[in-house]
Amino acid sequence: MSRTLYDKLVDAHKVCDLPDGDMLIYVDFHIMNEYTSPQAFSGLDTKGLDVWRPEAHLAVVDHVNATRSNEPHDAASKLLIDNLESNCTRHDIAFYGLGDQRQGIEHVVVPEQGLVTPGMLIACGDSHTTTYGAYGALGFGIGTSEVEHVLATQTLRYKRMKTMRVLIEGDTAPGVTAKDIIMKVVQVVGAGGANGFAVEFAGSATQNLDMAGRMTVCNMAVELGARAALIAADEITETALQGHSHSGRFTYNGESWHSDLEAVFDKEVTIAGGDIEPLITWGTSPDQSVPITAQVPVASDYVTPKAKAALARSLNYMGLTEGQSAQSIEIDTAFIGSCTNSRIEDLREAAKILTGRHVAAGVEAIVVPGSAMTRLKAEAEGLREIFEAAGFEWRPEAGCSMCLAMNDDIAMDGERVASSTNRNFEGRQGRGARTHLMSPAMVAAAAIAGHLADVRDFK
Amino acid sequence: MNDWQGKDGQMTKTIKGISAPLPLANVDTDVIMPKRFLITITREGLADGTFADLRFDNEGARRPDFILNKAPWTQANILVVGDNFGCGSSREHAVWGMRQLGIDACIGTSFAGIFYDNARKNGLALPIVSHQTRDLLLRFADDDNGAEIEIDLINRTITAGDIDAPFEMDPATQTALIRGRDDTLDSLEHAGAIREYEAGLKSKMRVSVIK
Repeated sequence: MSRTLYDKLVDAHKVCDLPDGDMLIYVDFHIMNEYTSPQAFSGLDTKGLDVWRPEAHLAVVDHVNATRSNEPHDAASKLLIDNLESNCTRHDIAFYGLGDQRQGIEHVVVPEQGLVTPGMLIACGDSHTTTYGAYGALGFGIGTSEVEHVLATQTLRYKRMKTMRVLIEGDTAPGVTAKDIIMKVVQVVGAGGANGFAVEFAGSATQNLDMAGRMTVCNMAVELGARAALIAADEITETALQGHSHSGRFTYNGESWHSDLEAVFDKEVTIAGGDIEPLITWGTSPDQSVPITAQVPVASDYVTPKAKAALARSLNYMGLTEGQSAQSIEIDTAFIGSCTNSRIEDLREAAKILTGRHVAAGVEAIVVPGSAMTRLKAEAEGLREIFEAAGFEWRPEAGCSMCLAMNDDIAMDGERVASSTNRNFEGRQGRGARTHLMSPAMVAAAAIAGHLADVRDFK
Repeated sequence: MNDWQGKDGQMTKTIKGISAPLPLANVDTDVIMPKRFLITITREGLADGTFADLRFDNEGARRPDFILNKAPWTQANILVVGDNFGCGSSREHAVWGMRQLGIDACIGTSFAGIFYDNARKNGLALPIVSHQTRDLLLRFADDDNGAEIEIDLINRTITAGDIDAPFEMDPATQTALIRGRDDTLDSLEHAGAIREYEAGLKSKMRVSVIK
């Protein structure tokens, strides 16, 4: 019987069926951060439970820490960070804290440490855990009650999802990145279009991506509602697995971690790679995007009164007018970072645009490398000099930072940010802050121009 | 035959109350619980943070035009919501806050997966209805008489005035809501099966993180 990659992964991790229709699935590896785990540990305490298998967990500080220094910026964030460390010490769990050379954004750290291999099942109290699908592993986000459940049982209660395949066929044009590919998918499928589905990305444009690009695609798949995102493991995956700290210590062999040729998906979506242009979001949902060469929508683009009202609400929040050209949108801030786009490959792409150029007057530009290791590598390659010569602030510590503004990097009311992050929700980067999502190279281009700009104009 | 008996004999069979319309699509968990309320190590104290930027202005005053600030909807314990409610971040704080604000159910056409699972763990019912039923319920909820609606969890139906409509809910979620049991403790009853699964794993398939 032909199976999809998703079904193979679920089958390989099924522990048993439960009487109510759920199943128990085994979690090979579980990652925690400081803000969605405290109540899980206190739940264990209340119920008098131990951690089932402490060596299968890793805790990383990334959401609330300042990135200007390795000291917490206030007492509240210090409380969360110290709480995580003491919970890990108490339960004998690996902890990568501030100042640790392995610390960084959890989804950047895990592949860097060789902690993901094809065939694994990985859970984490963070929605962007879909990132690990890039390795042919089943990764998905969970809530705090489920964090407690994994700690206590090494399993989760699980319902098998429907499957969707997104084929991106044909080459993409120069200047079009993995970020543009996934933003296009979100635009086509819609912000909730994959609710209830596990999505597999396939087609030549997907297969041609390097691991960093595949991670960007799988990372943002949650923005179309996908609870899991997958890309088949291949030679590119195998090559990427070599030489990391944990490589060779464990592998998940025994299956070919790709969908069988005859496998049937519940839904298929096809997008032509050649149709994708560099995109920017104009609204407050990740599916509200247009090519950088286009204009913000007008009311007549929509049919129903509800849709027209939604457009008006988004434009009002964003401080934009109907039909305004994308490139006329002036920015206050440029931010390069986040689990979507802060890897060494992302920094290299942005540095290419910044070389020999300078950020426009009045624009504050910040880059937060995704991990301590990423930063050191970038500094060794001379990228820090390029960013700093261009007028970017190069942050010495890693974390989520302005992507969700849980630390001291908070955009002000009305401040407009060109951002390499994943969510443009109302208030995401600060109360009243206005976020435009785009690729890291496009953020660099916008920083230089002072307004949203076409990266293809920067030869 | 479904085993709906709770551990202590308690069951939640129906949810009744005043419903408030919140028709916006894609209401995300950043909007439900803004990040400034997340710097906490407990589950408590989140009622004020729930929908904070919709309920309060920059000075902390109530926005008089927001639905939950207007009578009779200040008493609402059921929300009728737009498509793809609860998208975005995995933060369970969004659900904890809604419960602490007194919300027992959200009726919608689709919910984000992590939010849906978080809701089940905290006794927040999320009946899924057709677009047509949702739009009828939005209109009903808009009625300022504050008429009550009733959600029957056993038979999976919603009654509101002349509206009598079925809703979707998977059996595991339905059972969890009715019985109100603890998933972690229940799953530990399968410890033998978990150990058996682990025994079948080759040593190379067991993750062991370097400390």
